[in-house]
Parts: sequence; structure tokens; C-alpha cells
Amino acid sequence: MRLGRRAALGALLLPRLGRASAAARLIVVGGGFGGAAAARYARAAWPALAVTLVEPRPRFVTCPYGNLLLAGLRGLETITFGYQALRAEGIAIVQDRVAAIDPPARRLRLSGGETLGYDKLILSPGIGLRWGALPGYDRAAAEIFPHAWLGEDGAQLLLLRRQLEAMPAGGVVGLSIPANPYRCPPGPYERIAMIAAYLKQHKPRAKILALDAKDAFSKQALFQDGWRALYGEMIEWVPAKDDGAVARVDPAARIFETEFGTRHRVDVGNVIPPQAAAPIVIESGLAAAGGWAEVDPRSFAARAAADIHIIGDAINGAPMPKSAFIASNTAKQAAASAIAALRGEAAPEGVYFNTCYSRLAADQAISIVGIFRPGPAGFVEVPNAGGLSPRGAPAAQRRLEADYADGWYASITRDVFG
Amino acid sequence: MMARASRIRAARSLAALLLVAAGPAPLAAPMAAQGCLGCHGPAGQGSGAVPPLAGRPASEIVVALREYQAGQRPATIMDRIARGYTEAEIAAAAAYFAAR
Repeated sequence: MRLGRRAALGALLLPRLGRASAAARLIVVGGGFGGAAAARYARAAWPALAVTLVEPRPRFVTCPYGNLLLAGLRGLETITFGYQALRAEGIAIVQDRVAAIDPPARRLRLSGGETLGYDKLILSPGIGLRWGALPGYDRAAAEIFPHAWLGEDGAQLLLLRRQLEAMPAGGVVGLSIPANPYRCPPGPYERIAMIAAYLKQHKPRAKILALDAKDAFSKQALFQDGWRALYGEMIEWVPAKDDGAVARVDPAARIFETEFGTRHRVDVGNVIPPQAAAPIVIESGLAAAGGWAEVDPRSFAARAAADIHIIGDAINGAPMPKSAFIASNTAKQAAASAIAALRGEAAPEGVYFNTCYSRLAADQAISIVGIFRPGPAGFVEVPNAGGLSPRGAPAAQRRLEADYADGWYASITRDVFG
Repeated sequence: MMARASRIRAARSLAALLLVAAGPAPLAAPMAAQGCLGCHGPAGQGSGAVPPLAGRPASEIVVALREYQAGQRPATIMDRIARGYTEAEIAAAAAYFAAR
């Protein structure tokens, strides 16, 4: 009875697929934690679906664990993943960039000139850096003050690591940390710890000057306890209220200049710049005024276009963080919702999960957990659940969390990339 | 024998649950279980220090999660996680992992 009605409903809603024998077409744009997870989930959930992944790069360098590379705990090859498993599962991989999307026609054009039609499109293109939003910081400046905030081919991360190695023994490493929202809220603070871990071993007289456009940050007390216990006076964090917000950078003179005109000379400068959804989202008219895409919290369908679902760091998912875990976890809900819509079914009930581990040292980590559900007007965090590692926990617990972090990284990358 | 019978029962109830809740999804885990995979590995096979869930009796998983919810089981992180899920979600996840 139920199946009979489902089939009838499906028949009503499917005719726009055209030829009855043709498989429905799902295109996923972006081969990161969101896109690869969506493509694999869709393939497993509905084998008849034709799934295409459009990604310009042959391999993906993860931002998670990138900071561990700075500490010398990881090599680039151990945080780099290909798409062989996806290809083997029957996902068509198109190595190209999307030049334009035509939502009414349900078509997209690739940089190579080819046009692809879709029945459902899942966009998971990640973030774009807002070049010029911080005066003095453009693409050329990033070769002197690396951002190392996009995985890309790993070159920015390696550049920052080389600069740390080449720095004078008593040098100053400056970080410019942006206002919310940005990719990976605890990321800059884990980076501080990982740079400190490198310096403690190789240049113990060096200093870290972290200039922040905020007054508070993710896991703050846990990080500050850890910094002090592990690295003593090496780290100075300056909040916005103490003139921490960097207003301008001068790469040639190696200067970070703050809001009130204090000029800090740094030997190595890591600028984590202001961010927005990737350019394709903005250029396609899918972003709201703040620069991020608004989506339905249950289906991840774009508010601005039918048949397009948007996931990962490109959306305004607050209070969910812009994290790899959230991207891969919600990717499955988005893919299930796209499939349900193609079949004339309702999207599944949503429950979204995040765990972010941050490394304080090679053998110490802390974590934050959040469980979220779709609400009437957006995402809602489940109360009285989730939260932070306890403050003042014994070293054995921090060590266990470091081991679990390694287990997490191996698991999530296997789940997403095979 | 009992374990196998209960696994088969769990698998059947899982299949029924998937049909009702999310449409036929023979290979994909239910949404509540997807969160587990991020640390416990694809199909809950475990990963390094993170223990496997696959093949554990559903009742064992349900009891463990209830104890984590109540703070009656030593934890680094599972206590914080377990409190965010409903009984129905825990049952669905437990059935999925028991049937792996």
C-alpha cells in the first residue's frame, strides 16, 4: 500500500526527467569533505543515479591536520587524497572548474567549454579568500605572508613551514586572525600551538604574536591553559579590545598594522584573511549579502534556486561550525534529500554531528562536540549535549584525545575518500 | 545462534526502518549512525584507538549509550555525544552497527 502510493507519487513528480529509461543525473561540484561524501553517499543510496563529481584538482589536500605539518608531525603526502575509490564506485570524475551555472535551465558550463545538464546539483565549493578586504593583502602578498588556509596543492602550507625553518632563532612569528565567521573556528589557535611545538624544539627563543580581530574564540580557556603549560611565555595573544585587530599589512616591510596604528614587525607572517563562500556561489547569485549561501536546514536546498543544494563551508550554517566533520556529515543529508526529491519523497529527518579535535602538542589534544537539528528558521544546537573537553583534565586524558584525533582523521578520510 | 538470530532480527528491523524513514538505502547507514562513522570508521569498523562498533549486539550499544547519557560510564567524549541523541536514533544506529 505504502509502496504503491510512493510509486504513484514518484510517477507524478518524475516526468521532468524526460526519457523514462534515462537515469536521474546528480552533479556534485567540489571534491572536498562535503562533495566527495555527497557523491559516495548518493552512489550507495541509489545505484541507478548517474553521479558526476566536478573538481579541478586531481588530488585533495585536507585542511585538517595541515597544522600538524607545521609542527613536523605529518608530511604532505599523508594529508593528500585522490579520487580512485570514487571512480571505482562508478562516479564520473570531471577534472575541470565550473565557469557558470544556469539554474533555470539546470545546466552548468565548465571552463573547458563543455556544458553539463543536471536534475539535482550539490555545490560544495568551500570558501574563497576575500582578497583586498584586508588592505595590503592580495595574491602577491600571500607569497610573502602565506595564508595556508586553503588546502589546494599544499604549496601555501609548505611555504609557511619553510619560512619557519629559515627564520632567525630569536624571530617573531605573527598571525593575523579574522573576525567570525571563517573556516575552522579553532584552526588558528591549533596553528599557534603547532608552530610553538616546532619553535620549542628548534628555536626556543622565538616568539609568537597572535593578533586577533575577536575578543573571544573557540575552546579559548583550554587553548590558553595548554599554551601556558606547554610553551610558557612564547605565545602572546592580543584580542581586538587590546588593539589586536590587524587593519593593514605591508609585506615588503614585513609589517602588521593594527586598527589603532601600532606597527608590528614580524619575521614570519601568517595572514588568515577574511572569507566568503567560494566565488562560484557568489557569481551564480546564490549567496546572501553577508557572502554565504542560505539553505533550508533540512534539505540544504538553496534559498535562491530550486534543484541546487549547497553544503560545507560555503553556507551560513550557524551555529554549526565550518568544519570538515559538518561538511561530510551534512553532505549525506543533502544527498539523501536530493534523492528523495527526485523520487517524490520527503527529505529524511536531519540530525547533524560535529567533533573537532585540536592538537596542543604531539601527544595532547582537546575537543569540542556539537549536535544540531533543523529548526523552523535555521539550524539549532541540541541543548545539554556536546561541549568541550573538561578544563584541568589529567595529561592521560589529553593523550587519549590525541590518539582519538588520529583515529578520527583516519576514519573520516576513509569515509570520504575511500 | 542467539546472536545470529538477533542480528538477523536487527537487520530486518533496520531494513523496515530505512524504508519508512529514508527510502530504500541498502548500503548507506541511517542519518543518526552517519555521525558515528566520522570517528568509528566506515561501517563502524573502528580506527586506531577508536573501538569498532560493527557486529556488536544492538543491546550492548544501546546500554552503553544510555550509561554515557547518564554519566555512569567513564568517557572522554562519548558522554558529551550521547546526550544529543533520542532513543529512536540510538536504536536505529545500534541496529545498523549490529547488522554489519
